[in-house]
Amino acid sequence: MEIKVADALVQCLERENVEVIFGYPGGAILPVYDSLYHSKIRHVLVRHEQGAVHAADGYARVTGKVGVCVATSGPGATNLVTGIANAYMDSIPLVILTGQVSTSQIGTDSFQEVDITGITMPITKHNYLLKDPLKLTAIIKNAFHIASSGRPGPVLIDIPRDVANMTIPFKYPSNVRLRGYKPTYKGHPSKIKEIAALIGKAKRPVIYAGGGILSSNASGELLQFAEAISAPVTNTFMGLSGFPGEHPLFLGMLGLHGTRSANMAISECDLLIGLGARFDDRVVGNINKFAQQATVIHVDIDPAEIGKIIPTNVPLVGDVKQILNSLLPLIEKIDRSKWLERIGELKGQYPLTYCRGEVLKPQFVIELLWNCTKGEAIIVTDVGQHQMWVAQYYPFKHPRTLVSSGGLGCMGFGLPAALGASLAAPGKPVVLVTGDGSIQMTMQELGTMMEQGLAIKIIILNNYALGMVRQLQEFYCEGRYMSVNFKFHPDFEMLAKAYGIPGYTFRTEEEVMNHLPEALAKPGPAIINCIVPVDENVSPMVMAGQGIHEAIDCG
Amino acid sequence: MEKHTLSVLVENNPGVLTRVAGLFARRGFNIDSLAVGRTDRSDVSRMTIVVEGDKALIEQVTKQLHKLIDVIKISNITEDEYVDRELVMVKVAAEPSQRVEIINIAGIFRARVVDLGRKTLTFECTGTEGKITALEESLRPYGIKELVRTGKIAMLRGSKAVSVGGPWPRESDEE
Repeated sequence: MEIKVADALVQCLERENVEVIFGYPGGAILPVYDSLYHSKIRHVLVRHEQGAVHAADGYARVTGKVGVCVATSGPGATNLVTGIANAYMDSIPLVILTGQVSTSQIGTDSFQEVDITGITMPITKHNYLLKDPLKLTAIIKNAFHIASSGRPGPVLIDIPRDVANMTIPFKYPSNVRLRGYKPTYKGHPSKIKEIAALIGKAKRPVIYAGGGILSSNASGELLQFAEAISAPVTNTFMGLSGFPGEHPLFLGMLGLHGTRSANMAISECDLLIGLGARFDDRVVGNINKFAQQATVIHVDIDPAEIGKIIPTNVPLVGDVKQILNSLLPLIEKIDRSKWLERIGELKGQYPLTYCRGEVLKPQFVIELLWNCTKGEAIIVTDVGQHQMWVAQYYPFKHPRTLVSSGGLGCMGFGLPAALGASLAAPGKPVVLVTGDGSIQMTMQELGTMMEQGLAIKIIILNNYALGMVRQLQEFYCEGRYMSVNFKFHPDFEMLAKAYGIPGYTFRTEEEVMNHLPEALAKPGPAIINCIVPVDENVSPMVMAGQGIHEAIDCG
Repeated sequence: MEKHTLSVLVENNPGVLTRVAGLFARRGFNIDSLAVGRTDRSDVSRMTIVVEGDKALIEQVTKQLHKLIDVIKISNITEDEYVDRELVMVKVAAEPSQRVEIINIAGIFRARVVDLGRKTLTFECTGTEGKITALEESLRPYGIKELVRTGKIAMLRGSKAVSVGGPWPRESDEE
């Protein structure tokens, strides 16, 4: 029996166990929406396509499953671009479906036509333009496989309207056939032995763990490994929540706004064990001053990451979970009390600090948020100073409880990603920490939040400025503040009211202490507007060209 | 800096050339030459890409190319014994009185005359990059009107092969 391509598409999604799709309809995608009408898959209607892709992204980060979003051709597709780039930079598995004009119209500049496969080539792991209806099922099967295997990433499928209306015999393939794509999972045994030997000899090892720990679900193994070899652990921003934040071996985040103890440990270590991290410029600072005394081990599933930024002594391609599991039995316990003493000294000497004063400090809000949630919430952030304060002052307890845009640094990610996170973990508290700049980029999604009945608590650290850029202007432009101070803001409490959301405004420590716990505990959503000083800086900070151990205090 | 010749087998899918070319552009790799054509299998094309760069760069190029789903196999054939050829067509200004002289010069390079105009001669010539360049330099004094090179194509010497079925023996041969 033959069925419509669009119906087949929806059946494929059901076979892939897709539970929720984030999207926005339109002309070219009409057949797909018509087929979704009869499906049990939940469709979340967003207010802007960027919201759909960020929501799918947030959903994927929390569940580890492939997030799915859909948009129409032309502007629908281009509105997804930022979100696709965001998922690509952070290696998040997504399948993105876009409508396309009919095949006979492709290339004629017809209404709502853009070459979205061309546009997204550099920001997708792979993409497809479905021209032959008979290839649909294989393409969907491949897309989900490519998105979720190896180093995960977004895959886009562009579906011309006429193709969606054709009919095909439906049979969902059981195997993937991709002769050019075979990710390596198992680490090379001889390299694993070599690494075990190096660990045995090392006096001052440091584990530097990135987002790969989370995507391979290796948090448990990482903890075991760190304890087995008595090595302190630092996380990249993407790796946060991959290691318990209150564990004595935890150094905090490293890099540009990392803790001094993490950055100093990196420059003092004699063995650096990189796990699922990519030596990003925000982590490394000046390459020539990074981990100068260390032998470098680099474990990553993407061979192209190895040796890309810094030379590696022992490269190992594979899945970090499998590799840690093969490594663990080879590890011999050795006494590293001297090194751990030094680490304790560094942590004692250089705690993160800020000055509490008469006004409400943003760091204080984050610390209080920790006290209220104790790591039992999913924390979503936007991008800017508030994001760094979350990274510094919220010691994440469980994996996949931080949802944030790392690589792309995409303001506006927060609210839509929180929608996805909230749908992914029903019953789990979701708190969005955002800034007054970021929230205004995608705050139309408040409508989606209310429509879907999602109880997201939104904390706006409101300094009436684009704080991070302002901080950069303070240090790099001699305080010439250009276009960073807002002269107008909506009344966020009134805005909350317009959507039927309880709104709060806090100006002092006392107000926050008295009311934040209650605002967070109440069922339903909330918008919590915290007025914080404009001149508060994220500290420490590594200036351009400096080594990470040379960070300055700028509090 | 050294030149490396990469023999890259790719799926014969629409857009595969854009994927490869786009990758080189956005990662800042320079393509010296690029020749694309079908292999003996209709679903597989071969790109012969000449890239200039040190070892680290070639390693990055290779690894990044491998990340493209449509790329099936990459071989840096410069690391082995290989033969390479390039085809050139060159149109030279030639007054009737100069024809014999120019044809004699071209003859040294085994270039063949493929067209004759009132005041021009057009040659074709195949050979290694060095030979083609030598021909070009020899004809330059007469005035080159137009020149087109295909870019290098190359193959490993002996029984080794860069093919979908593995180096040797090939899958299809076993059947």
